Amino acid sequence: MFNLVNMFNIRLLKKSLPALVASVALLTSVSFASLTYAGQEYISTLRGEVHLNKEPQAPAIAKVENTDEKRQRAYPMQPPTIPHKVDNYPVNKNANKCMSCHARDRAEESQAPMVSVTHFMNRDGNFLAEISPRRYFCNQCHVVQLDSKPLVENEFQDVYNIIGEKK
Amino acid sequence: MSTIKKYLKVLKRPSVHYSLGFLTLGGFIAGIIFWGAFNTALEVTNTEEFCTGCHEMRDNVFEELKTTIHYTNRSGVRATCSDCHVPHNWTDKIARKMQASKEVWAKIFGTIDTREKFLEHRRQLAGNEWRRLKANDSLECRNCHNFEFMDLTRQSKRAMDQHSTALASGEKTCIDCHKGIAHHLPDMKGVEGW
Ligand code: HEC
Ligand code: HEC
Ligand code: HEC
Repeated sequence: MFNLVNMFNIRLLKKSLPALVASVALLTSVSFASLTYAGQEYISTLRGEVHLNKEPQAPAIAKVENTDEKRQRAYPMQPPTIPHKVDNYPVNKNANKCMSCHARDRAEESQAPMVSVTHFMNRDGNFLAEISPRRYFCNQCHVVQLDSKPLVENEFQDVYNIIGEKK
Repeated sequence: MSTIKKYLKVLKRPSVHYSLGFLTLGGFIAGIIFWGAFNTALEVTNTEEFCTGCHEMRDNVFEELKTTIHYTNRSGVRATCSDCHVPHNWTDKIARKMQASKEVWAKIFGTIDTREKFLEHRRQLAGNEWRRLKANDSLECRNCHNFEFMDLTRQSKRAMDQHSTALASGEKTCIDCHKGIAHHLPDMKGVEGW
């Protein structure tokens, strides 16, 4: 402030003070106006129609499907989704609960599908006796199924649709 | 030596001042009081506050229990340490409590006083519980989960499939399939079914 005053000739400042005040007032009102304007003109985001300084109502937590009904794969190499709950199933260095049913030698007793043979392959393409370490953490690729609506429209086309269109 | 003899003599001598009735009744009442106190003391050692009073339990198994269905669930019915770890039947309970005295010994000498030491011993500790539950056909689980009253049709398909076969036939018991429902698991290498 001190510098500002010194920069101007005091007399000049006295003369132009009303103009200065007016322009500051104008500027602030313009910027306020543009703020409210931005608030009114709604731009669709994932947060929904809620002003930035308000907390939106969180959607209800979707329930995990536990029906054992398999879903269709969206594309040939899609890791299948898990058709049941996996609450508190440990997958760590001590234990792998998934493999206690889906392992090759557990499938008969559990009647769970055995993991795909690709899971026994290491990155050099050699087959191992056990699942490859790079496949150990099941939940890196496989997720549970939720009964929830997609937040944005999905325009994904199944490969069959595309082939059909081309024919 | 002579003092002991003197006391024995006093004990052997018939009562002069008190009637037989008084002594019998007094003994009876004292017995009730001691018995009650004993059982109350035992009850105290069955509370969650007691079990989680030492940091070995509070910082390890209790923290882990808190994330499971036996701590919070939609119905609000929950299981505490003693529900799963202490037999209801009196003789078994006393046997378990005497065993537990050994654990107090371990506590005093700090066998598992750090997380690392606890994890080192976890496989053995878990193995003890699995063996116990296997031997009693998962009695503690069945105190709450009665197979007779399980409505299999209301269970998930996986649960129904296993419960109507291996469990119903008695071939397997709860702990065979439900290890680690209350705490984190130790290294499961070599454990049947893992
Ligand atoms: C004090 C009673 C009690 C004892 C003892 C007990 N449970 Fe439970 N258990 C419950 C309750 C209550 C629930 C939750 C019911 C609900 O709200 O769905 C439950 C739930 C479960 C579930 C369902 C998990 C899920 O995700 O739906 C399993 C499995 C289970 N218990 C196994 C066991 C086993 C194994 C034992 C013995 C080591 C045991 N329980 C001992 C009361 C008990
Ligand atoms: C042969 C294996 C096996 C045995 C023995 C077994 N269960 Fe289960 N149980 C399962 C499977 C598999 C599930 C479903 C997957 C899961 O919850 O992890 C299940 C699920 C459950 C559930 C949840 C019900 C639901 O709808 O998902 C409860 C409660 C339960 N078991 C309790 C018990 C009790 C109590 C015993 C002993 C009396 C027992 N189980 C014995 C395999 C078994
Ligand atoms: C629903 C039943 C249940 C409840 C409740 C429960 N436990 Fe356990 N606990 C088990 C079972 C079963 C094991 C055997 C190991 C396993 O399968 O996780 C075990 C194992 C243990 C072990 C051995 C180390 C280990 O983790 O394997 C300790 C110590 C222990 N429990 C302490 C406690 C304490 C303390 C509480 C109360 C805060 C408690 N438990 C509550 C069922 C239960």
